[in-house]
Amino acid sequence: MKKLVIQDVSRTFPGHRGGAPVRALQPTTLEVETNDFITILGPSGCGKSTLLRIVAGLDHPTSGTVTMDGREITRPGPDRGMVFQSYTLFPWLTVEQNIMFGLAERGRPPAEQKDVAASFIERMGLKGFEHHWPKQLSGGMQQRTAIARALANDPDMLLLDEPFGALDNQTRALMQELLLGIWERDRKTVLFVTHDIEEAIFLANRCIVMSARPGRIKADIAIDLPHPRHYTLKTSPAFSELKARLTEEIRAEAVLAAAH
Amino acid sequence: MFRPLEPVSPTTKTALGVGFFVLFVAAWSVATLGGFVSKTFLADPLTMLADGWALLTRFGFLHDIGMTIWRVVGGFVLAALFAVPLGVAMGAYKPIEALFEPFVSFARYLPASAFIPLLILWAGIGELQKLLVIFIGSFFQLVLMVAVAVGQTRRDLVEAAYTLGSSDAGVVRRVLIPANAPEIAEILRLVLGWAWTYVIVAELIGSSAGIGHMIIDSQSLLATGQMIFGIIVIGIIGLISDFLFKAINAKLFPWRLA
Ligand SMILES: Nc1ncnc2c1ncn2[C@@H]1O[C@H](COP(=O)(O)OP(=O)(O)O)[C@@H](O)[C@H]1O
Ligand SMILES: [Mg+2]
Repeated sequence: MKKLVIQDVSRTFPGHRGGAPVRALQPTTLEVETNDFITILGPSGCGKSTLLRIVAGLDHPTSGTVTMDGREITRPGPDRGMVFQSYTLFPWLTVEQNIMFGLAERGRPPAEQKDVAASFIERMGLKGFEHHWPKQLSGGMQQRTAIARALANDPDMLLLDEPFGALDNQTRALMQELLLGIWERDRKTVLFVTHDIEEAIFLANRCIVMSARPGRIKADIAIDLPHPRHYTLKTSPAFSELKARLTEEIRAEAVLAAAH
Repeated sequence: MFRPLEPVSPTTKTALGVGFFVLFVAAWSVATLGGFVSKTFLADPLTMLADGWALLTRFGFLHDIGMTIWRVVGGFVLAALFAVPLGVAMGAYKPIEALFEPFVSFARYLPASAFIPLLILWAGIGELQKLLVIFIGSFFQLVLMVAVAVGQTRRDLVEAAYTLGSSDAGVVRRVLIPANAPEIAEILRLVLGWAWTYVIVAELIGSSAGIGHMIIDSQSLLATGQMIFGIIVIGIIGLISDFLFKAINAKLFPWRLA
């Protein structure tokens, strides 16, 4: 079943102070099935964030439409949880209060808020840090809290914009496994933006490669690796083969992007 | 020791801070007690203390201090009560900002002290006039500074709140206000300091009580000891209110210091 349909969506930003307008995204069409884990791979500046923000309802397409379950997306909503690359925990709330934020905004009873927060604190390995301020957490923990905060709303779809981009390699690998574990259990529909090829293969059942600016979809590659996945998968021949293929796809784009 | 941005230890910091006060009083003592400056123009520290003691015990100076504090606090609280909500509304909603910002920017440059003669015409020389001076002096500054602070709220936090299901009102209540509360408290502290200068000016002109009134009275008696004592009292009250504000802020916003 089609969960999300992105139909001929383009985005052009008006030029600054009379400058030329910036075309960030060429008309793009993408259909996402329920429970898909789609990674969007591309060099920086190719419009990945722009596309994701349009799906989130934080930005509006210049042309085209995005529909979820047949309804057009016009504004952000708790049915689409988002995790940003920058650390966006509310600094004045504790870890627990951050996770409860969405439920509180929607007026759920306090007991339910507490229960949901407790279960995510457990699953995300945040036990003992419930009452810490975001400032007191490592980057990895902040992003785990941010994922928990988005999931606590029980969204249909999870949108992640390079959520592990600022983390070191070891932490990043652990976070990938954690996220994949959640998806294998809860079966959310996920759109995950990254510029890391291994990450794009390891997480996805479908990988979208985008071309350099102005962005458009260059390749749509099924990743038919078995689940559950374990980090050792990254050294398997099937994985290497996919990696070689995607590296080839993206290299040309990186060269183009660098020339800008 | 003298490297840019190199921190100093807490003891050194205290010692240096107190040290300068000592140095200041020492220089003042040498100038006055040593006979380098005429007593008519500048009292020495001992005379100042004796005059101050007499003021407090015999001339009801505590009542003056009380009056001045009440005027500052009264006028300031009144201004804050209106200015903070308006500032938040301007920072949050651009049409409201567009409506008021030009006028408030203009009004902020109108010197509160220049209104005193006009306010005396309108409101007499009673308490209302004093409160209005403080109000005019603080209100426009507060509005503008709060509006700027709220307008500069991190966009990504606002966006995160929307994706978590916040309504527009929810974003104001649950993001814009808590995110800026510490800064608003800091703005209040700063502007309260300015309010102190307005109150003294208001009391210098047409007043029968208050620290400013005592200072102008002492001038006609050439009582420089009393005048200096009055000025120092203002400084001390300022220091205390600053300290209180900082302590309250640290209590209210522990996440800032974490
Ligand atoms: N608000 C904006 N105003 C103008 N240009 C923008 C804006 N947001 C993004 N862009 C431009 O659009 C292009 C794509 O940006 P983005 O979607 O952030 O790329 P990516 O996430 O793939 O790195 C970039 O060239 C960027 O400079
Ligand atoms: Mg991006």
